[in-house]
Amino acid sequence: MIALFARDIRLATRAGGGFGLGLGFFLILCTLVPFGVGPSGATLALIAPGILWVGALLACLLSLDRIFALDHEDGSLDLLATAPIPLEGVVVIKAAAHWITTGLPLVVAAPIFGLLLHLPAIAMPWLVAALLIGTPALSLLGAFGAALTVGLRRGGLLLSLLVLPLYIPTLLFGAEVVRRGMVDAAPLTPLAFLGAITLLSCALVPFAGAAVLRVNLR
Amino acid sequence: MSLLSVQDLAVARGGIRAVEGVTFAVSQGEALILRGPNGVGKTTLLRTLAGLQPPVAGTIEAEPDAIAYAAHADGLKGALSVAENLRFWARIFGRDKIDASLSAMNLTDLAERPAAHLSAGQKRRLGLARLLVTGRKVWALDEPTVSLDTASVGLFASSLRAHLAQGGAAIIATHIDLGLPEARMLDLSDLRAQPGRAARPAGFNEAFA
Repeated sequence: MIALFARDIRLATRAGGGFGLGLGFFLILCTLVPFGVGPSGATLALIAPGILWVGALLACLLSLDRIFALDHEDGSLDLLATAPIPLEGVVVIKAAAHWITTGLPLVVAAPIFGLLLHLPAIAMPWLVAALLIGTPALSLLGAFGAALTVGLRRGGLLLSLLVLPLYIPTLLFGAEVVRRGMVDAAPLTPLAFLGAITLLSCALVPFAGAAVLRVNLR
Repeated sequence: MSLLSVQDLAVARGGIRAVEGVTFAVSQGEALILRGPNGVGKTTLLRTLAGLQPPVAGTIEAEPDAIAYAAHADGLKGALSVAENLRFWARIFGRDKIDASLSAMNLTDLAERPAAHLSAGQKRRLGLARLLVTGRKVWALDEPTVSLDTASVGLFASSLRAHLAQGGAAIIATHIDLGLPEARMLDLSDLRAQPGRAARPAGFNEAFA
């Protein structure tokens, strides 16, 4: 399992691996929004929590179809399914590797992007905390969607349509944490819900993902 | 003692039965060669044996985790070197030695080269070296010699013979002569399924059958 994790991280960081793709997308979004909305700090601060979370969500979506599709194309997935590690473990490891390569860089870089959008300094810790707790759910739910569409050619559109509704609770509570953090009004409540969503996907996705992979590999 | 025995097996591809009534057993040191025209169901049968899809009917008896499967696709990552690819699969199967497998497939000189820069035949050799690091007893091979030159086919045949001599077994779908006179043949064209019998319940229940 550690071998699989190490391989996925190594593949992502080598040429053509897509590491930084999500980060670049996030950067583009956060620099373009002020141009579109106008330079008024008050307006930007108002929409910053929503923009930051929508950006994180779309950046995550961008690389989802790579989770299983590449391994399916070159035959690794068939071989992994016949290997002595459980398919549930493969799903968890793949989701974890996806989070390390797309979610974690976003968490680390989020304060800079918050600055671009005039997010008040008082909300910064809440932004980082919300992304840290919420983005694993994005990777896990995305891994389930990727497992569901693995056999399809150009399954990206279907994958986005399937996964987006699952992302909505995370988006709602995630943006709410940052919004409440700005006005210092009990952000812990939505943060607890965010944590609950992540834990729930942690518990369900490995089994659901492995089950749909088995059906798709037939 | 037989490593793998199959009783009255029927397999399906795309919801249609391919072959049925397949019965055989392979013991230690035995090789079974599957023959039959394209599309008869050799790959489907091997995937079923490997556990990638359930049989429609019949039973497969084997020890758990006994079968190593090698398909048309070798499961290689172009961005990783030959040694990294092989070490990954070795660690997945709980082993760490890869040198013997590299030299058995004449890949030692290519060990540090990225897999993307290998020729088709060299990739195939790396795919076959992966079988050696699995340490599993029964090899289920789907046309292992595709794109190999004569010398590499010889290399593969000698690895196979060594595997059989160590008490392993192999089931091989192939169209060419591997130079294994002792291997048994199973011609699947005689076992082609009767048309008109559905493989699984149609519709929604198909996914759960």
